[in-house]
Amino acid sequence: MNWIYDPWPWYISGPMIALIMFLLLMVGKNFGMSANLRTLCTICGADKKVDFFNFDWKSQQWNLIVILGASFGGFLAAHFLSKDLAVAISTETINNLNELGFSSAGKSYLPNELYGLQAFLNLKSILVLVIGGVLVGFGARYAGGCTSGHAISGLSDLQLPSLIAVVGFFIGGLTMVHLIFPLIFK
Amino acid sequence: MRTLIYVVIGILFGITMFKSEAASWFRIYEMFRFESFHMYGIIGSALALGVIVVQYIKKYKIKSFYGETIYFHPKAKSFRRYFYGGIIFGLGWALAGACPGPMFTLVGAGFLPIGIVIISSLIGTYIYGLLKDNLPH
Repeated sequence: MNWIYDPWPWYISGPMIALIMFLLLMVGKNFGMSANLRTLCTICGADKKVDFFNFDWKSQQWNLIVILGASFGGFLAAHFLSKDLAVAISTETINNLNELGFSSAGKSYLPNELYGLQAFLNLKSILVLVIGGVLVGFGARYAGGCTSGHAISGLSDLQLPSLIAVVGFFIGGLTMVHLIFPLIFK
Repeated sequence: MRTLIYVVIGILFGITMFKSEAASWFRIYEMFRFESFHMYGIIGSALALGVIVVQYIKKYKIKSFYGETIYFHPKAKSFRRYFYGGIIFGLGWALAGACPGPMFTLVGAGFLPIGIVIISSLIGTYIYGLLKDNLPH
């Protein structure tokens, strides 16, 4: 039964994602997680100041329940379905990250430098998380979707706009990792 | 009953994001350096099956579990919003190493600093709402 604690290979994970999209379609919903960010803004009162947030958020209640479940799923997976959380990334990636100062590469699930509790006391870590978060939130809404809405749902429906968005995701990601990372981490 | 179904789908999604390591900052970084097949395998196989599923539902007009018509919402035709928005999203995705689904999975898994990312992503969404009419779409 030890296999249950192992990370899932891609050929289990990918089909599971397709299954989740299928289940959502079969209950009449569309798979798209970033819509929740807009809903949460509305619940926080953003609709009083900005028209974009003025919509019937209750129609998105189901999606909030999905992310609540996703949170609980994360809890279950981390505490009951895993023993060693280290992510076995490739040796080249580990060496590269060590050079950039990420000593936890290959030893943990997330880099301690950004997601360990000490990050709360480090201005640079906080800035990285804040800027990253703002870009994700802004970009997802501007593009009308994120990885789930465009790369999975949209492309499965052969939507050209989703292909444009996914090409954009990669241009942005490659720029960050190859051009900007060497400037901010040394 | 429907609430319970959404909870179960969410739990499945959360477990999948965590166990597949798609919620790991390291896997996203590795993907953008083309140093492993893992993430490409996940997205590629999800997509290959996803295309088959969606095209099948459309072709045979499959009804939902409740007997209702399944609607797909075609995205409005445009280039700039998807391209610019996509690039901005990609910059953030690589930096924070988390997208809007896995963020919530990571809270549950107990990585508290992800809270900073979530709050910031709400701020980013709010800024988009503020600037929306002045942006090229």
